[in-house]
Amino acid sequence: MGIEPGRLHFSWISSAESTKFVKVATEVTQAVKELGPNRHFVKEKVKVA
Amino acid sequence: MQEYTDKIRQIARRLLEEGTVDMVIGFRKGSMPIMNEPCMVRRPQDVDQLVWDSNCGINLANYLTDRKEKIGVVAKGCDSRNIVTHIIENKIDRDQLHIIGVPCGAMIDKRKIASLVEGEITDVTETEAGKVIVKGEGFEKSFDKAEVLQENCAICIHRNPVVHDEMVAEPVEEQTDVDRYADIREIEAMSDAERKAFFDDLYKECIRCYACRNACPLCYCPTCFVDESRPQWVGKGQNENDIRTFHFLRAYHCAGRCTDCGACERACPVGIKVRMLTKKLEKDCKELFDWEAGISLENRPPLDAYRPNDPDEFIK
Ligand code: SF4
Ligand code: SF4
Repeated sequence: MGIEPGRLHFSWISSAESTKFVKVATEVTQAVKELGPNRHFVKEKVKVA
Repeated sequence: MQEYTDKIRQIARRLLEEGTVDMVIGFRKGSMPIMNEPCMVRRPQDVDQLVWDSNCGINLANYLTDRKEKIGVVAKGCDSRNIVTHIIENKIDRDQLHIIGVPCGAMIDKRKIASLVEGEITDVTETEAGKVIVKGEGFEKSFDKAEVLQENCAICIHRNPVVHDEMVAEPVEEQTDVDRYADIREIEAMSDAERKAFFDDLYKECIRCYACRNACPLCYCPTCFVDESRPQWVGKGQNENDIRTFHFLRAYHCAGRCTDCGACERACPVGIKVRMLTKKLEKDCKELFDWEAGISLENRPPLDAYRPNDPDEFIK
């Protein structure tokens, strides 16, 4: 629908699962970094004279 | 249709005279053809305003939200399902309602009819034989009702009210051989880029008037996220990202609740097929949770129930 594939992630982490949190956060950042800067859902800056 | 109208008036008169209800919500003729409007009748002498025909597509559950009085409400299949949803979500109490059930013969699509004739339409009538006669300046045309149905009515499988206190007629036969999701499957089969293009094209004419939201019985939040300004969740202009965000979120807020009544699409002044979004969610709810919204007062909707066996492969 307009969100790039791979940019949206879901996870279920209990407050006790710190290691899982670290793992998921690292994986997500890595996956998103590989995609590069966001291209969809970006608003152009309004040009003011 | 005249029988339905007579019966609705008769029931409304009785309910108001006996004091069973404080008001009856139904339809009356609008000021334009094919545009019946909701009507709240409080006195027995006013019941003759009430009518029933194939232009009663507005969803009357929308007028029940948070009301305190006893209400008689005229309900076709989809209205009754939205009434159930309202009761489940505590927006009205079952005991406050006297539901006047109408077995629905499907509604006609004003936009489709307008596209089939040239010039202004001045009168639209129906015959018992299932013909729709459209009159305007210098023309008179007759169509089969089946040709000019609202799209959601053509694929409807719940024409009879699911809850009622009394019925105005015997139940009609339900359609069983319809394919509800042919168009959604086509969209699902698209590539990501095609799908983005499809949706961008779908709502590119949107003027953000919010008629679709206002017509929907599900959209009853005191302040909608689009109107909120602290924080401002979504920009208020015509920027394509804002339009897109509005449509996604509106649709998602209806997930597991939408009955495909078509009130949103009917209300849109520019003819955007907003049901393309809600219908996908409806299909998902059916496939993943075997859920159809508003069918029974006993079951909790998928989004407010926890089931250990939920399909959740997308969650890591
Ligand atoms: S989203 Fe549209 S079809 Fe669904 S319940 Fe609301 S008005 Fe009816
Ligand atoms: S009714 Fe139509 S134009 Fe108005 S906000 Fe909804 S989709 Fe956009």
